[in-house]
Amino acid sequence: MGDQLIFTYVIDGNDFTRAGEASSSVKNKLKMLGVGSDVIRKTAIAMYEGEINMVIHADGGTITVTISDTDITMVLADTGPGIPDIDQAMQEGFSTAREEVRSLGFGAGMGLPNMKRYSDEMHIDTVIGQGTTITMKVNL
Amino acid sequence: MTIRDMQKVLDAQFLYGEELADLDVQFVFSADMMSDVLAYCGKCSVLITGLCNPQVVRTAEMLDICCIIFVRGKMPDENMLALARGKSIAVLATDHYMFTTCGILYENGLRGGA
Repeated sequence: MGDQLIFTYVIDGNDFTRAGEASSSVKNKLKMLGVGSDVIRKTAIAMYEGEINMVIHADGGTITVTISDTDITMVLADTGPGIPDIDQAMQEGFSTAREEVRSLGFGAGMGLPNMKRYSDEMHIDTVIGQGTTITMKVNL
Repeated sequence: MTIRDMQKVLDAQFLYGEELADLDVQFVFSADMMSDVLAYCGKCSVLITGLCNPQVVRTAEMLDICCIIFVRGKMPDENMLALARGKSIAVLATDHYMFTTCGILYENGLRGGA
């Protein structure tokens, strides 16, 4: 196993206009590392949806991205309200987002399904009232 | 058709990216919900939208879209244009409604790329 690259981002939950900066940074880093465009696209979309979710639902959080020889792992950890029913949350079109969020172009109930669609593995750990940690892996 | 061709047939303003005007495009996606763009925009290089906030540019960036067309007279602010400049994404704005915009481009040979 070769060296791993690890990047950590603190996501500001109060600034919707800056949401996506971390995903943009990761996309640029992967480009510089010469990673294939399909992998970059999958990683960027999955992380961006997660980043937006953190801002919408959890008042921000932390994203840690680890790049190894075999995959890119993203761990998105927040201390938000938690997800009461994961199966329901995974259904396309199900959303608990506020009307204000919908007017910004999100909250159509596609976030979690998109994260699953664009990652090769996804795992959700959630505790009501304590927070949610989502781990996504994209294979290289 | 090229970005310049689209600008002409849509009677659109070039807000950023005249140097990208000769880029050739084939596939287009149109939506106001960025969640839908992220879910369904497969191989598109053009995004048509009536939503006007920085996340439109971010969404385009994640999908490697090279041109955003704002419809219904929506005008991106300086911050959004700065973001587009940083990512080399051309920005057009037209007064046409979304349906008309899509129709004109379809008539000119562009297709949906979902």
